[in-house]
Amino acid sequence: MADEPAPLQPQCEDALHEIYHLLSGELDDAKREAIAHHLEQCSPCAEPYDFYAELRRTLQQRCRDTAPPSLLARIEDAIQHEPH
Amino acid sequence: MADQARFADLAMEHMSSLYSAALRMTRNPSDAEDLVQETYLKAYRGFGGFEEGTNLKAWLYRILTNTYINTYRAKQRRPTETDLDDVEDLFLYNRIGGLEAARASRSAEDELMDLFTEAEVKTAVEELPEGYRMAVLLADVEGFSYKEIAEILDIPIGTVMSRLHRGRKALEKLLYEFASSRRLTEPQPDLAT
Repeated sequence: MADEPAPLQPQCEDALHEIYHLLSGELDDAKREAIAHHLEQCSPCAEPYDFYAELRRTLQQRCRDTAPPSLLARIEDAIQHEPH
Repeated sequence: MADQARFADLAMEHMSSLYSAALRMTRNPSDAEDLVQETYLKAYRGFGGFEEGTNLKAWLYRILTNTYINTYRAKQRRPTETDLDDVEDLFLYNRIGGLEAARASRSAEDELMDLFTEAEVKTAVEELPEGYRMAVLLADVEGFSYKEIAEILDIPIGTVMSRLHRGRKALEKLLYEFASSRRLTEPQPDLAT
């Protein structure tokens, strides 16, 4: 599975190199549009993009904890006791 | 007191998100609760200096990470740096992106979420070396921009980017180890026929 054919075009290398930055919303408009355009025309690049987008969603959804209700009470209590 | 009510209105909605981050940092529910409480107390005391309209969530995370670094980090075991020389770009995709299991039903994207349990994803984040962990947590879990992370951690943006680069690789490697240990990467029997 590690022997996927390497991307051949320079646009592919550029696009794949920027996956994380694009998903983080860190690219300027021109670069983002250029990559979006490339992904519409190049499924071998679109696949890893979808994969890493899903990985990001997985991280965000799987790392959610709910604070115990007692914590809110503790904090409110501590703030009440602060000098005003 | 009006100030107190205003603070609660604005700040308390971020509690679970701060608590989640605190858990990833301290790896311990009791320390995480203490850390969040201390963060809110400091934020309340400094609330007079907070300018409404600026990013409250980023400000709270700045207090959280500073408090963690100053108070709790000393108690933590220091994880060994991971060797990342063998982790190429697209490391995880190249190894599990084409899994038969991931293609057999629905879309590959739906399946990725199911490949890792909540406990595995949390453990992978918590096992990242500390500098990388904070950067990955803030960028990829909390969705802060690189510029905001630079301000929260008080480091140059170039440092944020290099920590993210290595942290993301380390995370892909850890997730791959979970997948391998569960034999998810073994060739699957062809169930489609």
